[in-house]
Amino acid sequence: MAMTVHCDIVSAEESLFSGLVEMVIVTGVEGELGITYGHAQLLTALRPGPARIIKQGGEEEVLFLSGGYVEVQPNGITILADIAEREIDEESAKKAREEATHALHKAPSEIDYARVSAQLAEAEARLRTLQAIRKAAGK
Amino acid sequence: MAGGKEVRTKIASIKSTQKITSAMEMVAASKMRKAQDRMALGRPYAQRIRAVIGHVANASAEYQHVYLQEREAKRVGFIVVSTDRGLCGGLNVNMFKSAIRDMQAWSEKGADVEICTVGNKAASFFKTIGGKVVAALRDVGDQPEANKLVGSVKVMMDRYAEGDIDRLFLVSNEFINTMSQKPRVDQLLPLPRAEQEEGQHSWDYLYEPEPVELLNGLLARYIESQVYQAVVENKACEQAARMIAMKSATDNAGEMIDDLQLLYNKARQAAITQELSEIVGGAAAV
Repeated sequence: MAMTVHCDIVSAEESLFSGLVEMVIVTGVEGELGITYGHAQLLTALRPGPARIIKQGGEEEVLFLSGGYVEVQPNGITILADIAEREIDEESAKKAREEATHALHKAPSEIDYARVSAQLAEAEARLRTLQAIRKAAGK
Repeated sequence: MAGGKEVRTKIASIKSTQKITSAMEMVAASKMRKAQDRMALGRPYAQRIRAVIGHVANASAEYQHVYLQEREAKRVGFIVVSTDRGLCGGLNVNMFKSAIRDMQAWSEKGADVEICTVGNKAASFFKTIGGKVVAALRDVGDQPEANKLVGSVKVMMDRYAEGDIDRLFLVSNEFINTMSQKPRVDQLLPLPRAEQEEGQHSWDYLYEPEPVELLNGLLARYIESQVYQAVVENKACEQAARMIAMKSATDNAGEMIDDLQLLYNKARQAAITQELSEIVGGAAAV
């Protein structure tokens, strides 16, 4: 059996997960990273994206994180999420993506570029998470 | 003895006051439940981030963030979290007392005190007693929004970063249970170190991206979350204290009504007895 490590996932609104995991895969600012037992102490910021939790025994769960921080210590992993979602509304995510793409096509002076592109990234990340959730469920 | 009519109007007036206080009690009870839920939901995050920050403070990092540096305390900042409204017993007064005690201790050591107030009561309190208020947030409302808090908290964080203040404390009420709330003074900056765990060997994190950028974001988030949690907790305290205060007001009103009712009955009885004896006396004279 794979070695496990304790992992806590909390958002500002609730505690989402606490327990032993074989691996956690999150989207860091510099790319995806999978964290297993024995990882070096690490502190990183997160981008909006899916977080895959492979629990003890191989069961997999996927959450959406809108950003936040991950801390790795020898005795555990802590994920501090800004917003975390278990259920994703596909319709509203698609709509948000359309709106953001639409806004980007407007005249550059009319839009707050940073805000719109953050919106777009978040909507894309939601949809990617949804795919990951479906994949995990279908497996 | 007071006339029957005066007593009757007094009873009527106390009864209507009692109605108001008992309504306020019920409103506070239902608001308290919501505030308590909000407090419970926010707690795990606040605790986790505090643990993480404790580790960060312990790490022997190459880059020492300004929030981690211990400086000689020449000027001290306080964030005082109070309620918006009164009628909640001694909640605010007790907290102000402990805040003032701390502030005095610092001024005796020769440090200047600067204050940031959250909630209407603290703003008006420090206006009357004097004190250097550098930022004030009024009308927090029943559902405190993190966004609204950030502004006034940032004022204090910026002042710390620029060296205008050397310590930052947070004064708020701690929710122990419905019956008791306790004022609490926490040090926010510089960051208090966590207890060292196994071994004293020095270590440092891998940082992604660069430590400066990362720690700026994380530490700001930490302070915000601590203040937000304190405000949410203070809300729960406020509603609990109000509920208790209104409950005892309702009970007191009930007691007063009983006493006055007795007085009224006695007065009425005396009047009847007097009338009777007058009639009897009159009949005997005839």
